[in-house]
This record gives sequence, C-alpha cells and structure tokens, in this order.
Amino acid sequence: MPKLLLFDNIDEPGLATLPVYERRGGYQSLRKSLSMSREDVLQQLLDSGIRGRGGAGFPTGRKISFLPKGDMQKYLVCNADESEPGTFKDRELMQKSPHMLVEGVIIAAYAGNISKAFIYIRGEYQVQADLVEQAIADATAAGYVGENILDSGVSISLVLHRGAGAYICGEETGLLDSLEGKRGNPRLKPPFPALEGLYDGPTLINNVETLATVPHIIRMSGAEYAKLGTEGSTGTKLVSISGDVARPGNYEVELGIPSREIIYGLAGGPPSGLPVKFWFPGGSSAPVLTGDDLEIPYDFDSMAKAGSMLGSGAIIIADESRRVLDTAFKLAKFYAHESCGKCVPCREGTNWTQKMLQRIYTGEATPMDLDLMASVQEQIIGNCLCVLGDAMAMPIGSMVEKFRPELEAEIEAARAANEAAPLEDVVPMGVADELAGPLPVH
Amino acid sequence: MSFTNRPMSIPRYRHGSRVPGWDDAVDLTKPPATVPDPATTEVPEELRATVEAAMAKYPDKRSAAIPALHAAQSMHGWCSPEAIDQVAAVMEVTPAYLEAVATFYDMLETEPRPIHDDVYVCTNISCSILGADELFAAMLQAAEGDATIHVSSFECLGACDLAPMASVNGEYIGPLDPSDAPRIVEQLRAGQAVLPDKNLRVRPCQDPNSHPEGHNGDAPSSESH
Repeated sequence: MPKLLLFDNIDEPGLATLPVYERRGGYQSLRKSLSMSREDVLQQLLDSGIRGRGGAGFPTGRKISFLPKGDMQKYLVCNADESEPGTFKDRELMQKSPHMLVEGVIIAAYAGNISKAFIYIRGEYQVQADLVEQAIADATAAGYVGENILDSGVSISLVLHRGAGAYICGEETGLLDSLEGKRGNPRLKPPFPALEGLYDGPTLINNVETLATVPHIIRMSGAEYAKLGTEGSTGTKLVSISGDVARPGNYEVELGIPSREIIYGLAGGPPSGLPVKFWFPGGSSAPVLTGDDLEIPYDFDSMAKAGSMLGSGAIIIADESRRVLDTAFKLAKFYAHESCGKCVPCREGTNWTQKMLQRIYTGEATPMDLDLMASVQEQIIGNCLCVLGDAMAMPIGSMVEKFRPELEAEIEAARAANEAAPLEDVVPMGVADELAGPLPVH
Repeated sequence: MSFTNRPMSIPRYRHGSRVPGWDDAVDLTKPPATVPDPATTEVPEELRATVEAAMAKYPDKRSAAIPALHAAQSMHGWCSPEAIDQVAAVMEVTPAYLEAVATFYDMLETEPRPIHDDVYVCTNISCSILGADELFAAMLQAAEGDATIHVSSFECLGACDLAPMASVNGEYIGPLDPSDAPRIVEQLRAGQAVLPDKNLRVRPCQDPNSHPEGHNGDAPSSESH
C-alpha cells in the first residue's frame, strides 16, 4: 500500500479541528521552519522540485525566489478559486484538512518574507469556506497565525476572501483584480505578479494543493520529496476523476504512473463496459486524448509530449456511447459564458464557436464550418491577455482534428433531418424577428 | 437616488440586436458618479456592521465589495438599487462601481427576486455526460411558480464526483436523479435539510489508500454509485 502525503487517513474524524490535526503532528513543520532561516526553507522547496498544482506547472521554489528582496510590503495569495471543469481536489483538501493549507500558507509566506496572506476561495464553496475560516480563527488563537508567531518575532496575517462565481477569477491576475474588489478582468503581463501584483505590491500566488504540500516537504526534506515521482515531475498529485467511471473521486498518485492505472485501476473504468472514447487529462482546458492514449505516463512532461497537458490534474472520461458534439458544445458554451470580454479574440471567438456548434444541431452547418471553426481556434491561441480563450481553442481544436469524421456525419445527419422539416427551427437572420417578437435577454 | 425604472431585462431580437427604445428609461440627467449621501441614505444597522467589518479586513476598503454585496443580497433578495445604494453609502463608493461588480459575478443577482433559496444545478461537462440537463429540467418544473426557490443552471461547481449534482443554499448534494427534484422542493419548503444522505459532507474520500488498513473506503459510498 503506497504511503500518501496529502490524503493520508484524510477521513479521520475531526481532522478539520485543531486538536486532531496537532495530535497528528500538525504545525510541527511550521515550528521546524521557524527554527530555520528563510533561505533554508526556500532551499528545501527548490530541492523538492515541486511544480505548481493549479494548472501551469511552474516550479514553486523558483516562483518564490522571483520575489524582490527587501522589506517592502509583499503579499501571498492562495488560489482556492477551483473552477476548472472536472477539478474538485482542493475542495476535498479544504473540507477535510483545512489546517494543512493554513500551515502551508504560513510556511510559504515565511520563506518569501511575506507578512500579509489571503486565501481566495470561490463563492460556491460555502461549506469549505466556513471550515477554512474556522481553521484560521483556531490557528490564530493558538498562535500559529498573526502577530509574533510562536514567539519567533515573525508576523503573518491571513484573511479568507470569498469570491462570487466567476471562472476567470481563477486566472491569477483576474483573481488579483477580484480580490481588490473589481470585476475580475485579467491584466496585461508583464509586469508579473511577483513584481507588481495585489495592491501593486510583489505577490506570490499558489494553488491550494501546492501550499498544502509545503508542510510535508519541510517534514520529509526537499531531497526526500524529490525521490517521489519522475525527474521532471516530482512528488504526488491529487487527481480528480469523473465522467464515465465506476468510482469517481479524488485519488493521490505518484506522478509518472500510467494513465490506465488511474482510469481503470483506481476509478474502475466506464461502468458500461464500453471502451474509453475520449478523455481530458487535465481539466476541460486540456486537448482531448483518445482511447489509444491510455498508456501515457501521468506527469507534466509526458502529457505535454502527447500534445495535451496535465493542467489541474482533472480527468474527465467519456465512453463510446457519448457524442463528441455534445461535449464540444457544452465546452464552448461554458467558455463563452465565462469570457470576461476584455480581449476580442476570446470574446468573439468563444461566442462564434458556440454558434457554429449550435448550427450543427439545427442542420444549418456544412462540413466547411469545421475548417472555419479550426481556423477560429488558431486565431484565438496566443492572442489574448490570459489563456481563457486558449483553454477553449485547444480542446475544441483537438476535437475537430481527432473526431472530424464523426462531426461530419453529425452535420450530414442534421442536414438530412432538417430538410425533412424545412426551415421550422431555422430562422434566417432578421427576417422573422417581427413575427417572432422580441425575445427576453437571457 | 432612484434608478428603479430602468429596464430589468433588455428585449432583443432573435439575432441579438437590442429592440429600439431599449435605453429610453435611462435617466441621462442623473449625475453618474455620486456617492450616496450618508445623511439621507438609511442603512440597516446589521448591514452597516457587516460591511464595515469586511472593509476593516483589507488594506483597501474596495476589496470588501463582494462580501458587502453578498450581505446586501441576503438581506434584500437581490442586488436591488436600494441595496446597492446602502452599500455604496457605507463604502463611500459610487453605486455605478458596485453595479459593475455585481453584474460580473454569477452569484450576485441583478434581477428582482424576493428573499429566496438558491438551487444551482451544475450543467457542465461531467454532470451533463451523466444527465444534468434532465435534472435541470426536472428541477425547473418542480419549483415552477415558486418565486422563493430560484433554480438556475450553473457552470462547474467543483463536485464532478457527485455528478449530476446541485448546490442547495451552498450544500452540495448528489448524485441526483430527476425524480429527486420534487423532494428537494418539498424539503426546502418545509425548512428541512435537503437530502442529507446525498450530502457531500457524508461522502468519504474515494482513494482506497487514504484509509487505514482494515477499512475499505468504497464500502460506505457503494450506494452512491
């Protein structure tokens, strides 16, 4: 039985409370860190080789080392705005072991010489937010957070901030704007948040899972942690798996294990017994892979080599009975809804992709639309301030590429059905409006 | 301050253009950027205390916009012009600033509603693969005509392991069947906990290695599959 780090006996009753967490050795890593110099703590994180668990996979230690030295006001923001479709690992962590996150935040803040920390949690996670809030209050009362932590002279404040439902606030600069009380529009980079972030101060932004791993790295030492996983992707990773599997849920795996072992070994594969048709390896923003790709090792580099990405570590499975068109349409609709509207390629591209997919359903599309759709995706990628547009363009582009025959068949079938009932659902632009009357805006 | 007669939903043609006259109700004589006068804006004490406490938590008071609007919404049912005026008076910002924030976020209501129960049905990829659209239709039907239960389709709520699922006043429940819809509405009306046996809180971690030996993580959850 492999030894887990984050999920070790996570269902222990009362783990969300301070006494049980302390009894299990909680906050010992914080004590250990405070007895070390900031540079030594940072060195442990660099040695561990841990890469960010939020989606981009940037080495965490390097990110901290980018912060300017000196005593200016610096900020740490924990990104708990977990909204990537298919991802629910941070939810389970925060709900069952909120103190692990609090401890990680304080250690990371200490390493970066940061005195103000925030946790930005998505508004929908109300139960989890209450638990984290309670954990912060208890940890503050016990002297682990706040002024003069454990009589070390170090002071770090921690504030929980609740969002209000916007996918784009998971993007780091959108999150910062939202935390400043604005609409969550992403900012132009550079300047990067490490130099100019929250309230224009140097800001370190990390995912919940990354920060929750920090106490374990300090406990076992960075070098020991680096022995887990593969060379380029060290450590363990929480994987959220959902869709057509027998046992959907969160699993902690060592990076580099074959994907099949997660999908079939842990999650039990499609309950229908049908083969896997397509799957997202890292949230809905990752280009889809097919049933032929199940042997790919599950780590950052192998997924990138296969033309997809590990992303947030969320696997969504669709078996042979599912239509690619349905998932593509849901996907485009989601990104069109969540686009903040700041950059034209994303705002227009997501909207028109949704409309083009809609046309397939109503039988108005021709196979040429697939070329048009593919070219729209190409023109979104790399042309916006943030990667929300890319996050739609990559999976939709991969679906058109890998499932073109199926989509063409859908188009033909819908066209045939449409001719049988001519123009009933198809209203040419502007012609029947007066007859139909104005529609209320959605 | 009164902009209560603005159109709540703008009529549009099928092709998306706004029907002419959509902006008739906008009062162009009104100054756009005026902080409401605290002397003439009545703010409930409870709301004032909540907003001020939120402002004190941040280096910049504007960071309190979302928590303040949340508090106002739970008191008024939605971010009504009155609610926004009250928050603006306490925060000393313009109502336009707060309205810009309120219209950005899905959980802040900008359409008139009474104080209501929220039912968010997730209709994103994992849930829709497993039948979320049928669930949403059933929920809409079950709550039809009841303004105090607001059913809306939501993007991924981060609980794909419960798919198809819904969030009822912040409590996650799932996996749901369309036949659960009438019971959810019934329990909401009766003020009871909604489907407590399907609540996320009772779901164990699915990773078998996360449990100490001799305890199988699958056992307690087997009925949820």
